Amino acid sequence: MDLTFGDEDEAFRAECRAWLAANVPAAPLPSGDTSDGFAQHVEWEKLLFADRWSVVSWPEEYGGRGASLWQWLIFEEEYYRAGAPQRVTQNGIFLLAPTFFEFGTQEQKDHYLPRMAAADDLWCQGWSEPNAGSDLAGITSRAVRDEAMGGWRLTGQKTWTTRGAFCTDLFGLFRTDPEASRHKGLTYFLVPLDTEGVTVRGVGRLDGDEGFAEVFFEDAFVPDANILGDVHQGWGVAMATTSSERGLTLRSPGRFMAATARLVDLYRRHGATGGATLRDQVIQAWMDAEAYQLYTLRDVTDIVEGRSPGARSSLNKLWWSEMDVRIHEAALGLLGPLGELVDDAPDAVDAGAWMKGFQFSLSGPIYAGTNEIQRNIVAERVLGLPRK
Amino acid sequence: MRFAFTEDQLLFRDAVRDALAKEAGPDHLRAAWEAPTAAPFGDRKVWSTLADMGVLGLTVPEAHGGMGMNELDLVLLLEETGRVALPEPIVETVAVAAPLLAAVAPAELQAEWLPRIAAGDAVIAYRSATQPLVLGADAADLLIVDGGDGLVAVPGHALHLERQTSVDGARRLFAATWTPSDAVVLGPGSAAATAFDRGALGSAAQLLGLAQHLLDVTVGYVKQREQFGVPIGSFQAVKHHLADALLQLEFARPVVYRAAYSMAHGLDTRSRDVSMAKCYASDAATFVARQALQCHGAIAYTVEYDLHLWMKRVWALSASWGDAAFHRERVAIDVLGS
Repeated sequence: MDLTFGDEDEAFRAECRAWLAANVPAAPLPSGDTSDGFAQHVEWEKLLFADRWSVVSWPEEYGGRGASLWQWLIFEEEYYRAGAPQRVTQNGIFLLAPTFFEFGTQEQKDHYLPRMAAADDLWCQGWSEPNAGSDLAGITSRAVRDEAMGGWRLTGQKTWTTRGAFCTDLFGLFRTDPEASRHKGLTYFLVPLDTEGVTVRGVGRLDGDEGFAEVFFEDAFVPDANILGDVHQGWGVAMATTSSERGLTLRSPGRFMAATARLVDLYRRHGATGGATLRDQVIQAWMDAEAYQLYTLRDVTDIVEGRSPGARSSLNKLWWSEMDVRIHEAALGLLGPLGELVDDAPDAVDAGAWMKGFQFSLSGPIYAGTNEIQRNIVAERVLGLPRK
Repeated sequence: MRFAFTEDQLLFRDAVRDALAKEAGPDHLRAAWEAPTAAPFGDRKVWSTLADMGVLGLTVPEAHGGMGMNELDLVLLLEETGRVALPEPIVETVAVAAPLLAAVAPAELQAEWLPRIAAGDAVIAYRSATQPLVLGADAADLLIVDGGDGLVAVPGHALHLERQTSVDGARRLFAATWTPSDAVVLGPGSAAATAFDRGALGSAAQLLGLAQHLLDVTVGYVKQREQFGVPIGSFQAVKHHLADALLQLEFARPVVYRAAYSMAHGLDTRSRDVSMAKCYASDAATFVARQALQCHGAIAYTVEYDLHLWMKRVWALSASWGDAAFHRERVAIDVLGS
């Protein structure tokens, strides 16, 4: 066991830190889940890309640095410690890209990955439908073969599509074989949102930002080249992506360690009268983030040494999503009556960021597979309890 | 960076697990509940086995017949002793007393006691300043006492003992008194802080093992127990209880291992890391025990079914060497200030 980073990794950390110190905007950008804010975040992404910080773990040929998983963790830690902007490109970079690396053709990787790294293409996710959420295999949006055109025609509706109103492209599952059983007959499509027959309607999220969208497909044509993996094999392809989403690639420990560092700072400013219960909540949140870091270091060691965490990634998701809620509950507890103040309220503490963050944290136990589904997965695939 | 144990450490762990499964099964534990006061460890067979395997001498310096190893080598082995709810005071003897004697005791005391510990010929009890009752005092050849301002040692035969019955019948707790002239000075009180950390870490490791056993037994039970014509483990309510139990246990584990690493390397954060470990291990084991009882139902609410033996150890150990609240506050003082 060696819980220190080597010289090369520490040099990488120093380089990250220096670049971030020189480049992170002094004032926070407006929310990336609004039209204006999104555009500013895309500019930030282009700046990241210009100095090859947008996709550090990717191979250099696609715009990355070929950084190890350890260095990626270091980058994330430094990124959030520096208070850098949210990553509006993350659904592409962290969810779709791993799928490209596993299932994409050479042509697809050469075409899509550099554009994704450069924030030229901005990807959103098309999984859920009005009648298929936790029961993802119940989707009914369909793709019908158009032999003459050499492609497929998509019809149906996707929903809860994060930043769908601002993105350029969507990846998602469509039913290509209506006769096949639920998990079969699905295909993974890549769909430009400016395709004829595609309509996007923004939906206000809990915090009021237009961070959600519904996406409607009416006989929208996509060519064969826009299929990721094989026809009818979309379920397996999608599952590779969802395990990325649950696991550490979406929510690195650095994010939460930065949040609890801010919470400790808030405690110093506002905790004096909070009492012992709040003190306990604050320190428990701080420790929970540290525990997540330790769990991740062990996980990454396993991955690096070829021991796959498999269904254990569901434990990971349960931990960070429920911890994130508790971090924000503790912060709002410290703020007391100031906690409800948001946006431009003159007395709002930290510009209302804690209430904003609290509302966002409440989505964690719902998205990427609800925590009830994750608990089923843990019980069945890790503990081996019977499905029925 | 590598957060994993070495192949050797894992092999040693496996060997100890096998040996304990063979020799320290539920019969051994039940015997400890039923034993008369004077003979707490039966024929000392388990203690001898642990000595033969090198476990008892693990922290004893090589010059005194031990292996001269550290907390990181020990933590997995103590976890195994928790898995079988080992009644013997191994944390006190191996995790606390041996390194303490080696660090501060006068040379003649080291020469007298350390080889005996390694050989399985001595049980050492420990009384901390915050925990006045002594575990295993009736079997102890030597009692080390943290008096607050200094460490002293009292021979076992010089102790006057009053049994204090624990909810865990295998935990033999005593109030101990002695004639001051029977005590010899062992070392300065400053060494007691590290001894306490080692005790907290050792009991945290045991709590992981206890919780793992409780979870394993419960998972086995809910797979075979049928109601409404199906195994109760197929019900979501039961699944979620046990998924939560695993979640708490799996996140406590690396916290405990990191604390062992911090102690072994003498890091500045070691006391805080140990406190975090004991806090997580106490909370996780208490939670797992609760889920284990609930998922079993009435059968686990009897003393005819063995689950209570492990559950009661969890209750006792989670509050020993500082409970979760004590250690949470120790972390809070370090991170938030007092």
